[in-house]
Amino acid sequence: MSDILGGYNFAYLDEQTKRMIRRAILKAVAVPGYQVPFAGREMPLPYGWGTGGIQVTASVISADDVLKVIDQGADDTTNAVSIRRFFAKTAGVRTTTKTAEATLIQTRHRIPERRLTEGQIIVYQVPNPEPLRWMEPRESETRKMHALLEYGAMHVKLYEDIVHFGRIATSYDYPVRVNGRYIMAPSPIPKFDNPKMDGMPALQLFGAGREKRIYAVPPYTRVESLDFEDYPFEVQRWDQSCALCGATDSYLDEVITDDRGGRMFVCSDTDHCSERRAASDEAEGDGIRRPVEEEAAE
Amino acid sequence: MNAALAIAPASPLLEVRGVGHFYGNRLGCQEVSFDLYPGEVLGIVGESGSGKTTLLSCLAGRLDFAEGRIRYDSRSDGLVDLATLSEAKRRVLMRTEWGIVHQNPRDGLRMGVSAGANIGERLMAVGQRHFGKIRAAAGDWLAQVEIAADRMDDLPMSFSGGMQQRLQIARNLVTGPRLVFMDEPTGGLDVSVQARLLDLLRRLVADMSLSVILVTHDLAVARLLAHRLMVMKGGHVVESGLTDQVLDDPHHPYTQLLVSSMLQV
Ligand SMILES: Nc1ncnc2c1ncn2[C@@H]1O[C@H](COP(=O)(O)OP(=O)(O)OP(=O)(O)O)[C@@H](O)[C@H]1O
Ligand SMILES: [Mg+2]
Repeated sequence: MSDILGGYNFAYLDEQTKRMIRRAILKAVAVPGYQVPFAGREMPLPYGWGTGGIQVTASVISADDVLKVIDQGADDTTNAVSIRRFFAKTAGVRTTTKTAEATLIQTRHRIPERRLTEGQIIVYQVPNPEPLRWMEPRESETRKMHALLEYGAMHVKLYEDIVHFGRIATSYDYPVRVNGRYIMAPSPIPKFDNPKMDGMPALQLFGAGREKRIYAVPPYTRVESLDFEDYPFEVQRWDQSCALCGATDSYLDEVITDDRGGRMFVCSDTDHCSERRAASDEAEGDGIRRPVEEEAAE
Repeated sequence: MNAALAIAPASPLLEVRGVGHFYGNRLGCQEVSFDLYPGEVLGIVGESGSGKTTLLSCLAGRLDFAEGRIRYDSRSDGLVDLATLSEAKRRVLMRTEWGIVHQNPRDGLRMGVSAGANIGERLMAVGQRHFGKIRAAAGDWLAQVEIAADRMDDLPMSFSGGMQQRLQIARNLVTGPRLVFMDEPTGGLDVSVQARLLDLLRRLVADMSLSVILVTHDLAVARLLAHRLMVMKGGHVVESGLTDQVLDDPHHPYTQLLVSSMLQV
């Protein structure tokens, strides 16, 4: 603990603020998918850098946690690195890039490919928590719509998608219904990740800094993506497999490899990709072929 | 025709007793009482500021009126008292059994989504989850209100005023409401467009045996659509009766003035 930055409280936030945020989190866990307002604090980061997620993380982190931070699936982007450093300095916690080792994961844009387990917590940074906002600017009205289950507007949006694109084109922040009740914005993760939220053994917490809202999906909770009977929910698919690890079932990013139009597709989850490569190197090393993705068999 | 049925007194759909509303100290409307029967069109006429919109807002549950009682005979719960009905139930009524046609279609339409989505919204709100069926219903209703099928995916913004008004009507009627509130539905439209809309409304009201409360300051519109009339002045009902009686043989001096001024135009 001796290497914690002097002059700051553990994990930066003062204890009173943390208690207040924890109360909001408890309420959010008790009412899955319901947006709980909280009195957010100014953080030493601009909005858009995940101040909501950081406040949630700061309120649940403890000294023996192992923290992983991802941005677009990668651990090495500026945003991810600076948040990781922030908590390494202010809470003295161990950090990791390995999903399996982490007890606490703060994320923007992705859910790790590796299935999260009981005891883990994933914290999402949320820019726009209100799924009904696109059609109703008044907060008082959207709260009422949630309370009274007036959710027709959500399907209007999907209807318009089909009219204009012949399919449901919404591919990020794809709306879900939590525990058969509240409609929730899952933050800008690709809809590819939506099925991972359903029945996830880990606790999922969502923090919106600018709008000062916290919501949650407790472990093993039903999370359904909205759709139509004749236009069922579908995730993105690729013709290619990952150019680095050969994965055919992970979310792929297109990467420009040179200035002559060269491109390749690679896993967006860098930890997943390197883990798979390490496993196949090992398998080649001792001459035994093992299934590459062992956790898939669990 | 079944004679027994024809003479059996139906029970009113809406029972209004002594309803009044003040905006601070200013009178909106006061001591309004009437019954509305199934299939009946009641016109509310009167000059500007006479309290027509205030009364309509009380009736449609859009204003918390301070005085009087309004009871509605709902399909789902039988007779309900609007003042004590929970907001949740009132809002369910609004999107299932009631419709509201605003004077300005912008207030009643979603200008940012297609005509088809405008019609489909109420269906989706009551749980319809089959895109093909929603679209088919939207198509049917566009035809009903005489909008070409190929405009289904266009935004209401690209529609004329008359078309927007017809779209608003379709959007309200798609779930088969029993009671529709209309505030100056033909206001702001030019005469030939008005005539077409009135014909359409007449046909729909008859086909669906709708009950309608129609606010208008245009006595010609009232004559064409309303079975009964209530004449308002200064927040009070000064005369009421069958439309033809009120217009052809007005008793109250104010109604006489109203009728004669209409004839001069
Ligand atoms: N929101 C409001 N706040 C204060 N006073 C209001 C409000 N709305 C209406 N009033 C007043 O209540 C009275 C009745 O108005 P209301 O709008 O009901 O008349 P109206 O018959 O619908 O008139 P118009 O034909 O011009 O639409 C008027 O004196 C009006 O100034
Ligand atoms: Mg008015």
